[in-house]
Amino acid sequence: MDLLQLDALASLVLDGATVALPPDNSLPSCALVRALIRAGRKNLHLIGVPVSGYASDLLIGAGCVASIETSGVTLGEAGAAPRFVAALAAGTITVLDATCPAMHTMLQAAEKGVPFMPLRGIIGSDILAHRPDWKVIDNPFAPEIDPIVLLPALRPGFALFHAEMADTHGNVYVGRRRELATIAHASNRVLVTVEQVVDFDLLDDERLAPGTIGGAYVDHVAIAQRGAWPIGLPGCYDFDAAHFAEYARMARTDAGFQAYLQRYVYSDAALAAAE
Amino acid sequence: MAVALAALIQDPAAPPARHIAVGAASPIPAAACWLVRKAGANVRLSLLHKRRGNPFTEGTRELFDLAGQGRIDLFFLGGGQIDGQANINLIGTGDWPGSKVRFPGSFGSAFMYMMVPRTILFREEHSPRVFVPRVDIVSAPGISAPGVYRRGTAQALVTGKCVFGFDPARARFRLVSVHPGETAASVRAATGFDYDEPATVEDTPDPSAEQLALLRGAVCDEMLETYPEFCRRVWQREAQERVA
Repeated sequence: MDLLQLDALASLVLDGATVALPPDNSLPSCALVRALIRAGRKNLHLIGVPVSGYASDLLIGAGCVASIETSGVTLGEAGAAPRFVAALAAGTITVLDATCPAMHTMLQAAEKGVPFMPLRGIIGSDILAHRPDWKVIDNPFAPEIDPIVLLPALRPGFALFHAEMADTHGNVYVGRRRELATIAHASNRVLVTVEQVVDFDLLDDERLAPGTIGGAYVDHVAIAQRGAWPIGLPGCYDFDAAHFAEYARMARTDAGFQAYLQRYVYSDAALAAAE
Repeated sequence: MAVALAALIQDPAAPPARHIAVGAASPIPAAACWLVRKAGANVRLSLLHKRRGNPFTEGTRELFDLAGQGRIDLFFLGGGQIDGQANINLIGTGDWPGSKVRFPGSFGSAFMYMMVPRTILFREEHSPRVFVPRVDIVSAPGISAPGVYRRGTAQALVTGKCVFGFDPARARFRLVSVHPGETAASVRAATGFDYDEPATVEDTPDPSAEQLALLRGAVCDEMLETYPEFCRRVWQREAQERVA
């Protein structure tokens, strides 16, 4: 396993990359997202697995994003994602709408190395009409007419997320957030920030092993303490609801959003926190 | 609304709800489910957005895998727009993908609405801009063409003013009861779609003293962590407080 500094980790994600991010109730690496903004990344294609939240809104507001494929973009109780809504209205990003189980299924097809997988439902939704890459076939196993949707495998260029710990073999403990394992299995390169690197093998521990992603999938790790913040890391620190409310308030306008970036992404204090 | 939802969950005429799932941004349905559970009903609740004690150990896809198998009996869906055929729109108004007002997106609706035997639709705002003759964009359809696999559809629509039942054979709502302070006429004036109306419209039953006590106490305790803002607004409870 290759342990890097946070900025070196961010420098691996090039302009135009396809980047899969978990939503705010899972473990996006907000530290890595802030580093990408400081590095001035452009034209990223975000993939929300299966939906998108604060981390995606931050990247969109900072002008890093060309498109987003997702089943929803929201700040949860803090309301709509203001920079996503503004960018869509201004025409500076495009959105490819999906539905949650379709996002999972497309990644599962990539996990298995098969070109597509079927999924029930969706027929009759306007999502299908706007997804020429999704096909409807007649179920070849059914005795009667049975239309069913086929979804193509989705292989993101990068998976970015945060976790409590990695070991020196590159194994990463994500606990019950197993959707991160699906993202890791399906993506070409996996970049992870962690609170700490432990000096024992996570896979030698029968209790930790089932919540661990094997190092074979993990390309690089960087230490970023409180790297999920303002998202919570279960068992370590809580979700920062007050900060979410502050973000939602400031990000209502572009000027407010720029002030937010200065305070929480570019300032010396933010930089010190990233080291 | 939570009490009306709770009554629908336990409707003896509907198939039993042994396993109920509650999705994102659904504090009122979550309160209704906890009310049913805290009143003693034996139901399994899977709350998708619980930060601690999340019920899924195979990732967030597990909810959809369960629903695909038919292991979820009841789900809840809202809508930025809902029309008279029970189509829901979570994408936006105007042209695709929401040229006038963009909503968050469809989440799991395009799958769950068709895979779960019973869906209760809910929306607190009862106005002609929400309840429209025809949604601008269909996130998930209320009814499907013959031959399209589907286990169920809307059982009911609960709003801030009333309860509607849904008849999938006719693809049409009927007014079931009006909440305190509302009349058949006030509901009609606030609804953009057409629906059936009985000669006499019942009142939605008031919450009992026991139900109110549960909502303010044990139900709120369960919801504080996932929905702190909702608990503050509705019950004036802060996240650190616990009723002894």
